[in-house]
Amino acid sequence: MRLSLWALGAAASALAVISTGLAQSDNPVDEYRRMLADPFANPGFLFVDEGEQLWTEKRGPKNASLEQCDLGLGPGVLEGAYAQLPRYFPDVDKVMDAESRIVHCMVTLQGFDEATIRRNAFSTRSRKSELEALVAFVAEKSSGHRLSVPLNHPKEKEAYALGEAVFYRRGSYFDFSCATCHSQEGLRIRLQELANLRKNEDAIRAVTTWPTYRVSHETLRTMQHRMWDCFWQMRMPDLIHGSEVSIALITWLTKNAEGGELTVPAIKR
Amino acid sequence: MRFAVLSAALLAAVAVAKVHAQPPRDLPHITSERLEQAMRASFGYDQLPPDLQARLVQDEVQRLCTEYRNEPPADVAERIQKLSAESVVFPPDGKFLGDWKKGEQLSVNGYGLRMRDDPRRQVGGNCYACHQMAPQEVSYGTLGPSLLQYGKLRDFDPEAIRTAYIKIYNSNAALACSTMPRYGTQKIISIEDITHILAFLFDRDSPVNKE
Ligand code: HEC
Ligand code: HEC
Repeated sequence: MRLSLWALGAAASALAVISTGLAQSDNPVDEYRRMLADPFANPGFLFVDEGEQLWTEKRGPKNASLEQCDLGLGPGVLEGAYAQLPRYFPDVDKVMDAESRIVHCMVTLQGFDEATIRRNAFSTRSRKSELEALVAFVAEKSSGHRLSVPLNHPKEKEAYALGEAVFYRRGSYFDFSCATCHSQEGLRIRLQELANLRKNEDAIRAVTTWPTYRVSHETLRTMQHRMWDCFWQMRMPDLIHGSEVSIALITWLTKNAEGGELTVPAIKR
Repeated sequence: MRFAVLSAALLAAVAVAKVHAQPPRDLPHITSERLEQAMRASFGYDQLPPDLQARLVQDEVQRLCTEYRNEPPADVAERIQKLSAESVVFPPDGKFLGDWKKGEQLSVNGYGLRMRDDPRRQVGGNCYACHQMAPQEVSYGTLGPSLLQYGKLRDFDPEAIRTAYIKIYNSNAALACSTMPRYGTQKIISIEDITHILAFLFDRDSPVNKE
């Protein structure tokens, strides 16, 4: 039922936006903002439904579903799990973010090949990513939950500290660090507003709205993608999906956003 | 009794909120060796061709500005500025001002040096990412100061032109750990491109210096 409701709503609104165009509104910026805030106009929910199917279906060489995946709160517990990630997992002796943990479950439960999943982690114009849909599904199960990242295990503390160190690291052609663009309030790069990700308030606004449907990308994007994207802007080589630095940054960002209420999938430019 | 339980619960709630607001404690120190090891592993350094490997290796200025989080002590700042000033190469023909129209294009252009960018296309200066320049261009960033009327406000003074050339060639010569890229030293754009951009700032006919 919910599937068809979202699908209908999203399709109808998307159609309305396409057919009437943004130009019909007196103020295109207001119209755009209105659309971003309307869940029925948010195609991100189509990814949630697709992710649910991928989660429950028996798939892969082991012909198993992901229903027994342990996202940190025990096998099969989805409610609130995304809001408490990244965290330390004793079975792999590592800190993992939601995306890395889902990949881990696809490998261990379903027998999929890790390198292939990572290579296809981000949708392109010609190929859709299953992982993006799975992340949307898992994250939506924590919508309305407050972010609360455990920082008890020494490896969780190390991930946080490493994330902070990466945030200030300058490099490549432009000498950029994350701090270059994200350590002051109210600034812009061209017309894009920049958040001060060191501040709880700004970090909450940023972190509680990922995964998000990105209108300019015509697909749903995850926090791993946002990290990769900002490094691309920084003229760095490609950040490896699920790498230590990606998880460290996400740990640091999510801890800075502690207490914020997750509202996903969001929709952004 | 019931009141006591309630207020205890309330106190506990307040305590939790307070804990959340505090920065985490007992964090390990991340040495620069540990940071660089994590960076190399996370970008697959060993599998990269030499030109991409080079992007992962910090030069001394980047290393020091990382270590001091852009606030180096006076002696380190002095060393950074000296090192940076020494790297500046001036135009071989002594001509600082090129073609302001080309300079305008270079200031708007943000293309280049990203993964999968076409290496045959012109790399931009992308000054508008951080600066206001000509009044007609409304899409400008605010990380740097406005450069409206830049040449006119300085009476088109040759010394100011030289200073601005140095700023663009190596922003750290005047200010250690500047936010601004070091366009010449890092070989982002050519010396000739810098003279075009300089003309955009200093030519009397440039829109930067018009109302
Ligand atoms: C050159 C400037 C620049 C640098 C450097 C940069 N970013 Fe960004 N970042 C942006 C822009 C622009 C956006 C998009 C803002 C928007 O959509 O309005 C963004 C968005 C983000 C967001 C999402 C914010 C939101 O509200 O959705 C996060 C998180 C983020 N960046 C983290 C990082 C991290 C971590 C680094 C370092 C690895 C980094 N950024 C480096 C420019 C930068
Ligand atoms: C990432 C942001 C950024 C970019 C891109 C950038 N700048 Fe800057 N620029 C700054 C900041 C911040 C300052 C002020 C601090 C300083 O002096 O380093 C500055 C200062 C300057 C100044 C000195 C202003 C004064 O007070 O007299 C000039 C001139 C200048 N920039 C020109 C340029 C030009 C030309 C370009 C493009 C080739 C450019 N900048 C690109 C950030 C930037």
